[in-house]
Amino acid sequence: MKKVLLIAVFALASVVTYAGGYRVSLQGNKALAMGHTGVAVINSSELVFFNPAGLVYLEDKFSVSVGAHGVFSNIAYQDTETGANARTDSPVGTPFYLYASYQAADWLAFGLGVYTPYGSSVKYEDDWAGSHLVNNIDLAAIYIQPTVSFKINDKLSFGGGPIYVTGSVNFNRNLNRTLTDLDGNRANVTIDASGVSSWGWVASTMFNPTENLHIGATYRSEIILDAEDGTAEFENIPNSPLTPFENTSIKASLPLPAEMTVGMSYDFCESWTFAFDYNRTFWDVYESLDIDFANEDIPDSKNARNYKNASIYRFGMQYEATKMFTLRAGYYFDESPVRDGYFAPETPRNDSNNFTAGLTVNLGEHLQIDASFLFSHFKEVDASYNYYFENGVAVPFSGTYKTNAFVPGLGLTYKL
Amino acid sequence: MKNILKYTFALLAIGFVSCEPEFDSPVTDDGFYSSGTANLSKYVAVGNSLTAGYADGALYITGQENSYPNIMAQQFAFAGGGEFSQPLVNDNTGGLLLGGTQIAENRFVLAVDANGNPGPVRLIGTPTTDITNHLSGTYNNMGVPGAKSFHLGVSGYGNVAGVLSGASNPYFVRFASSESATVIGDAVAQNPTFFSLWIGNNDILSYATSGGAGVDQTGNLDPTTYGPNDITDPNVFGLVYSQQVEALVGNGAKGVLINIPEVTSIPYFTTVPTNAIPLDAATAGALNAQFGAYNTQILPGLVGIGVLSPEEAALRMINFSAGQNFPIMTDDDLTDITAILQGPPFSLPAPLATLLGQLRQVKSDDLIVLTASSVLGTTPDPGNPQGVIGVSIPLSDKYVLAVSEQVRVTAASTAYNATIQALAGAKGLAYVDAKTALARVANGGIPYDGGVLTSQFVTGGAFSLDGVHPSPRGYAYTANLIIRAINETYDATIPMVHIGNYGTVTVSNN
Repeated sequence: MKKVLLIAVFALASVVTYAGGYRVSLQGNKALAMGHTGVAVINSSELVFFNPAGLVYLEDKFSVSVGAHGVFSNIAYQDTETGANARTDSPVGTPFYLYASYQAADWLAFGLGVYTPYGSSVKYEDDWAGSHLVNNIDLAAIYIQPTVSFKINDKLSFGGGPIYVTGSVNFNRNLNRTLTDLDGNRANVTIDASGVSSWGWVASTMFNPTENLHIGATYRSEIILDAEDGTAEFENIPNSPLTPFENTSIKASLPLPAEMTVGMSYDFCESWTFAFDYNRTFWDVYESLDIDFANEDIPDSKNARNYKNASIYRFGMQYEATKMFTLRAGYYFDESPVRDGYFAPETPRNDSNNFTAGLTVNLGEHLQIDASFLFSHFKEVDASYNYYFENGVAVPFSGTYKTNAFVPGLGLTYKL
Repeated sequence: MKNILKYTFALLAIGFVSCEPEFDSPVTDDGFYSSGTANLSKYVAVGNSLTAGYADGALYITGQENSYPNIMAQQFAFAGGGEFSQPLVNDNTGGLLLGGTQIAENRFVLAVDANGNPGPVRLIGTPTTDITNHLSGTYNNMGVPGAKSFHLGVSGYGNVAGVLSGASNPYFVRFASSESATVIGDAVAQNPTFFSLWIGNNDILSYATSGGAGVDQTGNLDPTTYGPNDITDPNVFGLVYSQQVEALVGNGAKGVLINIPEVTSIPYFTTVPTNAIPLDAATAGALNAQFGAYNTQILPGLVGIGVLSPEEAALRMINFSAGQNFPIMTDDDLTDITAILQGPPFSLPAPLATLLGQLRQVKSDDLIVLTASSVLGTTPDPGNPQGVIGVSIPLSDKYVLAVSEQVRVTAASTAYNATIQALAGAKGLAYVDAKTALARVANGGIPYDGGVLTSQFVTGGAFSLDGVHPSPRGYAYTANLIIRAINETYDATIPMVHIGNYGTVTVSNN
């Protein structure tokens, strides 16, 4: 069993994931099964992510949780005006996490987390109707976060720590709707940047008014990934001074927005827990995706995004059915950060309803298997991206999108 | 327990891959788009270079892929349309070989010269399409570049033996079903359920592009006696055209007929201005002095003895001024006064008499063809810097489509179009007024989702670099016109295309 899981976790260590905006809320199988609540749920070292302040209330001296999710996401596009249609063939995303906590003293706990809260992997068929906006994108960010948490008393604790991020992005699109080489192959550019790193921080608190009621708040800072030495590789460019595209280096910035979470959990009837989290993601930092080509002959690429701050409402239930099984279910409503007219096909995200379920199997005193499942349901939506320009003229890209995602996950918790 | 989990996970994982999101009404569903009362399962397109996807002065693969029938066929596929095959050439160089010898030129590309100016040049390279490599099979696209209306029914039009003499057509040679096959026969043999017919353009176009060098054969009912640049008699057109429609409709097929645009809609005739000669005051004065006696004595004298009408004498007056000037030209439609001028009382030397023989200045309502741009203002004799074409050497008649010639073209095309429209009405076929549509492109342009489509040479987007044939975007516009007509006539809902997704001219430096 252990071996199988290790393969599941580490063999799939590429961190491409389902794009929501490009925030990927899959930071723990226990939490996800409860609608990805957890800012006020004290049940495992997943708290390293959800609320480091809570670590100090864990009963275990030492606790490790590892896990991964398989993200099967699909986007379908069609334009009833022309009949153009496309389906993504995106690779399976495998966001993962590893959390460890250590109770150094009654009032002090340390934690370490490695997780992948941002990422996106979308692959359309090359030269599809929206290929001048995106053919494929692969965005990944790994957060590494040591934390410390202090207990003031049984009612109040604080926690936090620095975050080191290393990210990469690979993005391909056609240069415009029509440019080809002599043989009709569409001119395209691949932007690649990897090993882009930056620092941020997390701070949190937990308040326990009664033994059964927990209230938590976590703030994770904004982190801007500045790619200084990325590359742009041009392909199928005609041999002409009129098309002076040649491989060059690029600069680009990708913001990983700040996120504020507040929430509560309430234990009742011995074995039941109800949890509610409210997320606010400060997407307004994502105004534009601009690519600055080092070669001055190549006009810089400006792609307005103009995201707005967005909220997520999460609800979760946990039931300790038997000594062996703990069952969980949840729901969350995820508001899209995308404004009307900015619906770009690389992250075609509208509001979604998300349904989760999962369970933990206790294998003896020390080992747990955590499984979860998420289904994301997006309504069919007519949308357009109106900020693509040709010769100064806006050329909207519009159509109908329908997306969904299925995310099974599996993890292990080991505790002493 | 472990195994159950493991297999459950694996099964779930397999299941999710197939859980594709489904639209409430997917465009790919049968019935989302309708072909109405038409049946698009077997579409055959019949015509000339326009139907073949000819562009940039050549036939090449990407041009064929952007032919209007191919664009239409891809849209037809949403409404029950079947496979659409085309006799693709071998490369994107264009040009043809006959047994290894090049017989048709390569395509034009837009190249930037040493001074940084972009302009059309022939792509350098050896074509690889040898017409002796015969294609087997049948082709939905029966567009044959160069074909006139009456050629479609000519047996042997695809016989390689007749290519060099002009009796047959090198493009049809490639895919004719036999040496004696006819274009229309090969089209009908495919039993089309739907057809398009766009023929007759070359019946006037070759006359026009040659500056009226051919003969207006109106009144001559025997097309076997026609030269390549002649205007086809409208009755000949009417007869062969109605036979073709009859043959294509034969088994109950529906179809669409497309009429003949005006030559004044295409940049080949509208790019070079009629007053292309810039002169300063001194040069203009000197030239006027040289033509003084001609204007004030010879022309009135010829009117006096009844050789010229006062109108023709007025037409033949030569006058330059500072600024832009109309070039001088020879006009075959003028009275030839070469011999008269050599006799008394004028007694001009032969070279001068020949110069003045059918001389006039280009008028603002004449049309100078695109190819004149490489001739006008040049000095063909390097030893004689005074010998400038358009100033002291008349522009050859073949570069100018004079008003009198335009009248013949218009008369013929008007007659053809009357036939086409009447037949469409009589047979209940869809009818596309390409003439009006192209005139709209030429006059103001057609707005689309990335600008305005116009006939402006190189930059307007509608025409390829030969100035006659559309660009892919122009063909896409044409395809939309035809689809709209089909939808209206047959109560169909075939989707159109975004013309902005189709390219215009290809840039490439040799």
